[in-house]
Amino acid sequence: MTTQTQSLYRWKDDPVLTVEHLSMRFGGLLAINDLSFEVGRGDITALIGPNGAGKTTVFNCVTGFYKPTEGRIVARHGKGAQTEAVDHATRTGKRWHKSGEGAVFLLERMPDHEISQKAKVARTFQNIRLFGGMTVLENLLVAQHNTLMVASGYTVGGILGLPSFKKAEKAAIKKAVYWLEHVGLVDRADDAAGDLPYGDQRRLEIARAMCLDPQVLCLDEPAAGLNPRESADLNMFLRYIRDTHGTSILLIEHDMGVVMEISDHVVVLDYGVKISDGDAAAVKNDPKVIAAYLGVDDEAEIDVPEVRQDLSGAKGVPHE
Amino acid sequence: MSGPGLVSAARTPNASQGAESRMTRALREASIAGALAGVLGFFFLALRTDIVTGGLEVTTRWGLWFTAIAIVFAGRLALNLFWFGHSYGAGKTAGRKITRLLPSSKIVGRVALAFALILPFFFMVLFPNRDRQYIDLSILIMTYIMLGWGLNIVVGLAGLLDLGYVAFYAVGAYSFGLSAQYLGFGFWTALPMAGLLAATWGLILGFPVLRLRGDYLAIVTLAFGEMIRVVLINWKSFTGGPDGVSGIPKPTFFGLEIGRGSGSFGDVFGLPYEPIHRFVYLYYIILALALLTNFVTMRLRRLPIGRAWEALREDEIACRSLGINTRNTKLSAFSTGAMFAGFAGSFFATRQGFISPESFTFLESAIILAIVVLGGLGSQIGIVIASVVMIGGIELLRNLDFLKQIFGPSFEPAEYRMLIFGLAMVVIMVWKPRGLVSTREPSATLKEKKLIGADQIAQGEGH
Ligand SMILES: Nc1ncnc2c1ncn2[C@@H]1O[C@H](COP(=O)(O)OP(=O)(O)OP(=O)(O)O)[C@@H](O)[C@H]1O
Ligand SMILES: [Mg+2]
Repeated sequence: MTTQTQSLYRWKDDPVLTVEHLSMRFGGLLAINDLSFEVGRGDITALIGPNGAGKTTVFNCVTGFYKPTEGRIVARHGKGAQTEAVDHATRTGKRWHKSGEGAVFLLERMPDHEISQKAKVARTFQNIRLFGGMTVLENLLVAQHNTLMVASGYTVGGILGLPSFKKAEKAAIKKAVYWLEHVGLVDRADDAAGDLPYGDQRRLEIARAMCLDPQVLCLDEPAAGLNPRESADLNMFLRYIRDTHGTSILLIEHDMGVVMEISDHVVVLDYGVKISDGDAAAVKNDPKVIAAYLGVDDEAEIDVPEVRQDLSGAKGVPHE
Repeated sequence: MSGPGLVSAARTPNASQGAESRMTRALREASIAGALAGVLGFFFLALRTDIVTGGLEVTTRWGLWFTAIAIVFAGRLALNLFWFGHSYGAGKTAGRKITRLLPSSKIVGRVALAFALILPFFFMVLFPNRDRQYIDLSILIMTYIMLGWGLNIVVGLAGLLDLGYVAFYAVGAYSFGLSAQYLGFGFWTALPMAGLLAATWGLILGFPVLRLRGDYLAIVTLAFGEMIRVVLINWKSFTGGPDGVSGIPKPTFFGLEIGRGSGSFGDVFGLPYEPIHRFVYLYYIILALALLTNFVTMRLRRLPIGRAWEALREDEIACRSLGINTRNTKLSAFSTGAMFAGFAGSFFATRQGFISPESFTFLESAIILAIVVLGGLGSQIGIVIASVVMIGGIELLRNLDFLKQIFGPSFEPAEYRMLIFGLAMVVIMVWKPRGLVSTREPSATLKEKKLIGADQIAQGEGH
């Protein structure tokens, strides 16, 4: 077990992202109901829950794809909770506020493209969304669009072929190659992204998000469809991202083995309500979580043996 | 024509990998080359005009034509089998098709360019009696190539289905026509203004429209295209209404008129004036404008903005997650495309000398769109081929009297023009559903440039 006991409240003291009283309603369906949780800076935080619990909806609210019905979502650059700055921004109706301590961003007020560009919250999708007809390299260059756009003098300098743009483009390719090396795809840089096998596509999508230099990386089921080997590699890669780039990771995951192994902090969601929140060990033994996953309340039609196996696997008990 | 390998190749890329042999591919490409030679050579080889007393006489030379096709077919086959041979079979990874970039696409482009540059002289030397007609046709085709390239930015790159492109063509034409009438502007003054105005209208119309997606976008752009035309018809006091604008000046050559009299181009350069000069000059203007369009497009494709356009076509939601302002990106594509239509429009005005709303109907938008789709969304050379085939084809069908020999003397080819033409379109689209050139060339490469097959490329919204 890799969870550190002293990190028990890290996410309270130094949250890079806070979700406060978030609600999301789709017509008559309350998909998220008064949800609050924190993502600690430098933590790997897992958001788990049965199918339809509302995990992806949380992501869509955080990254601006949905406008939440209610609630506040704050991303922070710089140390600490920066309560004053957050209050100030909230009061004045601004989308963000920069101060000596850093900057705070009220994500529920920002359009999606500003969230990744300014607040530096990047994401991947549950059903992979690559630019299939573009090469692997091009995918990573598109991710650096805003940087390159400025370097190309909003296209004018680029058309004239200014050397400063050429330099910026070289740097962009270098960054792309850096990430391709880490996901093992350099040799496929010139192939269409749509031609890659599934596992490679998943990793490419993460590499593409990392090209944005995010503060928070939101991954929607990154291990889905991966074989155990690939899944283990992915864990290592996520740790590498966190350790060397200081990126905080928020991940949705169904594979309990993965969750229990790499998360510093786990938030459990069921029917849009938070039912547990704590480090992996605490969550794993929470009777509410076990009940939700094992379907004690008759409704849930989950494949019980598989979940049980996942949970037992997470406890370190070898399973057949 | 090229065997069963073709069908399986289009439907099941994996299975066909093994099934489609080198021979089948070589045969297929040779057939394409042969067919192209047939189309291109039809005017030059199959038909021959001679002066006889009392007029012109058309003689047909089918033998020569077939020989030429056979030579091209055999030549391409041999090249494929013995020369390009190594590039097949090699680039296969994990059972997926990866087409290597053959030098041929570049060579085709260069040859086409060289041919375009000498075209007027080619006609003047080879067809002294019909040169004016042929150069005029070339001007028409070149205009459509330019329009196709302009629309390609919007539809082919950014994936926005625009059915009202002709609106910007009209804006360009009228901004020259009216500025000439009211302000006495010449072509070269009006040209940049026409492009700018069209681009501005692109922004104005695009702003509300581009929020819409897919089919809705197509319908609303169509409506906007019609609206501009209706405004042109009804705003009689300013635009002249259905009567249009006439007396639009011809372009000058650095201030010299191409015409008769002292101070004209011929006078200064000591050339006796011939009407053909005007056609040749117009041809080179539209060629330059078209080449400018091509150059800018190719340049933009390699810049972040062009890459964002293509990314938009591939997946808009992913773009938004990467910090791309999709609204601005769409607007830039829309107005860049509009700008080139504006240039083409003011050229159209100067060429015709007269414009009226009738020239800017939905049919025009449809033809330009058909050129883009037929050529292959996003492909520059495909659009050239499609324009030659379509516009040349339409004109060809106007004058095909030999069809009377087949269908009897009462057969009037002009009446069946659109029918034959539509049929040909259907056949081509069934044969090549993604257009004549459906592969995509990447905008950046790390080590080796590989073409991307049509099966991976998204078509954008509303297709
Ligand atoms: N755009 C939408 N419109 C209407 N209902 C939606 C929408 N998006 C999500 N929902 C509903 O909200 C609920 C939560 O869905 P969500 O996709 O967030 O679940 P999830 O936890 O990600 O599930 P899974 O594990 O299957 O991915 C579901 O009942 C879903 O049908
Ligand atoms: Mg989900």
